[in-house]
This record gives sequence, structure tokens and C-alpha cells, in this order.
Amino acid sequence: MMKNSRLANIGFQLAALVLALLFTTLILVATGAPPLEAYKNIILGSVSSLDKISNVLVTWVPLLLASAGLLITFSAGLWNIGMEGQITLGAIGTTWALRLMQDSSLPPALVIVLSILAGMVMGALWASLAGALKTFGGVNEIFGGLGLNFVATALTLWLIFGPWKRPGVGSMSGTEPFPEALWLPMFPDSRLSPWALVLAVVAIVIVYFMLQGTYFGLRLKAVGKNFRAAYMLGIPTWQYMMISFMLCGALAGAAGAVQVTAVYHRLIPSISSGYGYLGLLVAMLVNYQAAWAAPVALFFAALNIGSIQLPIILKLDSSLSGVLQGMLVLFVLMVEGVRQRLMRRS
Amino acid sequence: MNRHTVLKVLGLLMIFMVVLSACGTPTAAPVEPPAATEPAANEPAATEPAATEPAVTEPAAEQFVFGMLLVGPYNDHGYSQAHYEGGLYVEKMAGFKMIYIDKVNPADRPGTTPAQLGEELVAQGAKLVIFNSDDMKDSSTEFAKAHPEIQVIMASGDQVWADGKVKEDIPNMVNIMGRMEYGKMMAGCAAALTTKTGQIGYLGPLINDETRRLASSAYLGAKYCWTEYLGKDAADLKFKVTWIGFWFNIPGVTSDPTQVADEFINSGYDVIISGIDTTEGLTEAKKFAAEGKEVFAVPYDFIGSCEEGKEVCLGVPYFNWGPAYLKTISTAADGTYASNFQWNGPDWADINNVDTSSVGFIKGNALSAEASASLDEFIAALAGGLNLWTGPINLQDGTVYLADGIVATDQEIWYLPQLLEGMEGQSVQP
Repeated sequence: MMKNSRLANIGFQLAALVLALLFTTLILVATGAPPLEAYKNIILGSVSSLDKISNVLVTWVPLLLASAGLLITFSAGLWNIGMEGQITLGAIGTTWALRLMQDSSLPPALVIVLSILAGMVMGALWASLAGALKTFGGVNEIFGGLGLNFVATALTLWLIFGPWKRPGVGSMSGTEPFPEALWLPMFPDSRLSPWALVLAVVAIVIVYFMLQGTYFGLRLKAVGKNFRAAYMLGIPTWQYMMISFMLCGALAGAAGAVQVTAVYHRLIPSISSGYGYLGLLVAMLVNYQAAWAAPVALFFAALNIGSIQLPIILKLDSSLSGVLQGMLVLFVLMVEGVRQRLMRRS
Repeated sequence: MNRHTVLKVLGLLMIFMVVLSACGTPTAAPVEPPAATEPAANEPAATEPAATEPAVTEPAAEQFVFGMLLVGPYNDHGYSQAHYEGGLYVEKMAGFKMIYIDKVNPADRPGTTPAQLGEELVAQGAKLVIFNSDDMKDSSTEFAKAHPEIQVIMASGDQVWADGKVKEDIPNMVNIMGRMEYGKMMAGCAAALTTKTGQIGYLGPLINDETRRLASSAYLGAKYCWTEYLGKDAADLKFKVTWIGFWFNIPGVTSDPTQVADEFINSGYDVIISGIDTTEGLTEAKKFAAEGKEVFAVPYDFIGSCEEGKEVCLGVPYFNWGPAYLKTISTAADGTYASNFQWNGPDWADINNVDTSSVGFIKGNALSAEASASLDEFIAALAGGLNLWTGPINLQDGTVYLADGIVATDQEIWYLPQLLEGMEGQSVQP
């Protein structure tokens, strides 16, 4: 029985995948583009060389950190749309710490570690604002989070063109880049930092065990599944919600810190790169199962990097990967609905 | 949170994504690269039989390939499209092949840097890479240093300008910019010649040296035409800059340019000059004009910008990147490439000559015959050596910028520290 339903589950997921591909193909055909060429180029563009694979991993790291964080808030039944802003504030915190310490005599490794921690703290604090608005102000976290995202973007622009303006011309290119000593060390001839990779993997492993194997995780899920019942059972519900916000914010902050220390090496206007929203898609797609977050995020990262080839080779718009990602989420949820209806009937 | 709310939110997200993708996808139909068959005397490849299968990636052996990184969509009717068309011009004139990546910015391409995307172009055969926007400045430096064998054009940058504040030695880099100051002067002039209320609104993006000098150029042009051709008092001309905070509208972050334009119009400003990447100034003027108000607009960047509101458009100052790109890319192809900084002006013999002029101004339908004649006179005067960046000019706070008779150096113009006296609006980011 158990085995049967698991098999059926996989069948349903596969059906969703096929439907998403089918639909995307239809769009391609409708616009007069060659679908097979497009898919081929996306695949080759993401795995055909060591370089491309490492680029995929560069994108995977912050996406996985964001997804890991969102798994926590999802478990608590919260829609942390404010993720983007939390990533941004993480980046700001890290940049701030780096700026404070870059001329000090502290060893660079220590400066980098402290700066990443500063980013995580800032991310957590920013998330706690959304949490406080929710728990004490009665503001739905979706609206609170969205508002805080705007504030975060405005803050970034203000810093780049105001107090942190570079010598010469204030530039869209961001703040003055940090010296190479303050970059998270990378693999030779690559943009990929093993430390960033370790950070992301450790984060998802911790989140996995926290949600699967701890009392805390269990109670968090109880809060998410039925807030009132959890409260009746004596779980300190609002504290759990706050903690989940802050843990998620800390991971968002880590993603922002990676963007600064390992990818852009400075603060740039859209430092969050949309990883917050993309992470929401990943978290929805894996249906709260942490084990799936890593491969799904990897798939999304590969789509993003692979689609770079579309304008170069086929002169196609590369937002195709976004369409495919959206379709996937849509069809997985639809198929899930169908499955539940069928199960209820049987 | 119950299931209903979840579904609602999901629905919202989906709509959001569909809109997002709809914004980008409509023109997926491949654009035929022209040129390949066109002359280019130095191309022996002509004897090769035409490949029967679509050879997508492999250019003919001798064909020079250049790459272009565009910050926005290649068909944005604005800044990026102006560059893209410059590239098409090079393809047509020299028989080179262009490959490009558009939407090169971290929001559209998470986790990528322009330097990395430049490498993708090199992997497809590009021997020269154009970085088209200020966003990519650091990345272009990084890329040029890491790939000394690839030539780099950083458009709008000042890294290799000997007189610049941030001069670096990058032997494989060329900086190219158009002297849009002239285009903006013409825009200002057309506005001053048209306004009935004597109030001109300037829809500014974010505040930096470039945007200050462009807004100020528009003011100088306006003031000159207001006093010289209309014989009016400079003190009666109101010129107000409102910065929205970014190159385009970001809801919740920038001021809404639509609202700013409406406020301008509602408080008596009857000409809006746009300094932003999008066309709210023009579309709002059109809307109010349809309701019977006499208002006009001057868009920016792209030669075709008047299209969206012909009946209120006084004209558009635009960039023509083709000639400078052709010249510089040709030096890369024949091996005479050398690092230099170009700040190219209009061809004064014909500012709209596609083969020679880097900056132009196309008059719009709404410009009256009389104003048009005066504008021609103004352009002729500029061509004859009239320099509006000549003292006495004070900065907005009253300090002397140029003493009487002193002509500003390129450096003083490029790095303009404030708006000018007589202009309303913020000079620096608060």
C-alpha cells in the first residue's frame, strides 16, 4: 500500500513535469522558435563544460540558502515574501562590516567570517521586523514583507549613490569593489568558492534535520498546520513564529553575504538577484520536503545558466527558463490538487 | 493560513510571473543577421558553398565576430536598442558578425556577472566585447584585465580617460560615449521655444555626475533660446528637475514618473523633458493633450521614441552608436586597436547623418514651424562654435563654476558637481 502510493506520487510528479514541458514547447512553437534546439542549448549551456557547471553551482549556492530558509517559515505556515529584502539587508550588513574592517589589521579570513555573520544578523533582524508586524501589528507577512522589500531596495540605492558613493562618479555599478584579499577564496580559474558551497550544503543539512528530527521542528510544523490547536497544546506559538522568521532571515542574510563576498565583491543595486522569489518557487515545488530542495534548486540554477545561450545562439529571449520554472510550479500544484481529489474519492 | 489564502497568493504569483514573461517574450522570432553576404572585400569565404544545414554557431572562418552585452532587452525602444542597432549597422557596413546577450543585469540573470557573460560570448567566437552600460563598469575592467587578448569597449565609461578621475591602464579597452550634452541643449531649446507658461519640467533619473550634466545642458539650451530668440528675461524661465530615483519606475522604491509628470502638468509646467529610460513624460503629455491641455514632451535615448506620442512630441535627442562602433571594431579586426577614450559629438554638417554623427536630434510633429526655424538657427550657432558651457556660470548654491569668459574643460563638464544656478531641484542625493 505504502509502496503503491509512493509510486503513484512519483507518477503524478512526472506527469506535472511532462505537462510543463509540453506547455512551454507550445509557447515556443507559437512564437516560431525551434523547441528542440532551445532545450538542447539550455542543457549544453549548463553542463557542457567544467566552467558552466561551476557557474551553475555559483547560482545554486544563494538559491539553496534562500530555499533552506523558506522551508523553515513554510513549516511554520508563513509566507515570507520579505525574503528579497532580507537577502538585501544581509548584503548590506556584510558590506558594512567589510567597510569597517577592511583597513584594520585583522586577518582577512577573520574579517570575511565576521562580515558574513554580520550579514546573517542583519538578515535576521530585518526578518524580525516582518515577524513583529505579523505577531504584534496584525499585518499579514505577505504585505509586511513586500513593503520591507521596497524599503530594502531604496536603502541600497541610497547607500550606493549617497554615503557609500565611490570616488569619482557614483555608479550603477555599485560601491567600490573590495580588494581581492577580502573575497571568499575561489577554486583556481573558477568563480566558484568552495566555502560558499560548504555553507549552503551545511545549511540545508541542518534545516533538514531540524525539520525532520527535532522536537523544535515538530512543534514548528504543528504551529504551521494548525495555529490554534498548537496554542491550545501549550506551544508558545508567536515565539515559534518569530524564531522561524529570524532563522529564515539569517539564512537569507547568508545568501546576501555570499553575493557580496563570493560573487559581486561589492554592493550593487539588485544584489538580491531575485533569489528570494525564486526560492519561494523552489520551496513550493518541493512541497516542504527539505531533501528535495537541493536537486530542485540545482535544476533551477541550471535553467538560469543554460538559458544564457538562447540569445547568443538562437536569438531567443532567455526568459524562457522563467516560463518553464513557472509552468513547473503551476502544474505540480495542479497535479497535487487532482491527486488529493482522486484519493478522497477512492 | 488556510488553503484558500494559499491559493490566492499562488494565483497572484502566477499572474506576476506570466506578466513578467509576457514583458520579455513577445519578439522571440529570430532576427536575421544581415550582412553576412554583403561585400567586405577582404572576405575570401565567398567561395565556400552555402552550408545546407543551419550553421548556427560556426561563423565563416574569416568573419570577425564581436559580442555585445546589453543591460536591457535588445528591443526596448530605448538605451539598449540604440546600442543593438549600432551593432546591426556594423554588421551591415563591415560584414562582421554580432552576437549578443541582452538583459544583462543581476535581477534578470541571477548569479551572473557581465564579465562571466562576456566569457560566454568569447566562447562563441567573439574577439571583441562591448559592455553597454554604467552598471557593467567594474565588470568590464575585470574582464579586460583577465582577457588581454580580447578587445573591450566600455560604453559610457571613463576608466581609460587620461583626464578622468579613475584612470587605469587597460591596453585592450576603449571608452565610448556620445556628447549627449548637445542633444539635451537642443531639447531644452525646443522646450523653451514652445512653453507658454515659461515652466519646463525635467524628469530626472537618479542623481550622479552624468545626469546632472545632462539636465544642466538642457537648462543651458533652454535659457539661451528663451533669452536670445524670444527676447525674454532669464529670471522668468522656470526649470525644475524632479529625480525619480532610478532609470525607470520601480513601484514602491522610486517616485512614480507618471505621477511626477502629472504633477508637473497640473502645476503649470507645459513641457516635460525626459531624462529617464521610459516614456511616461510623453505618454502623460499625450493623455493631458487629449483632454484639451496644451502640453508637450521631449523623450530621450532612441531615435524612434516620438512614435508613442507624435502629436505632443517636440523631438528627441538620441544616441547613434553605429559610426563609433564601426570605427573601433574595424581597428580590432585589422589589428590597429589602441586604448582610447572617445566622447563623440554630432557631425555638425548634418547632426542626423547615420554614418557620421554620434548624437542627433529628430524634430517632432508638435514643434511649430517658427520654433523649428529658431531651433535650426540654434543648431547652426552650435555648429559655428557657440559654446554654452562658457562663464559666467554659477553652481546652484551660488558658488562660481566658470568665471566670465572661461570655457569649461571636458573634465569640468563630465564631473559636474551640482546643478546650475537658476535650476530648481536637488543637486545631490540627500
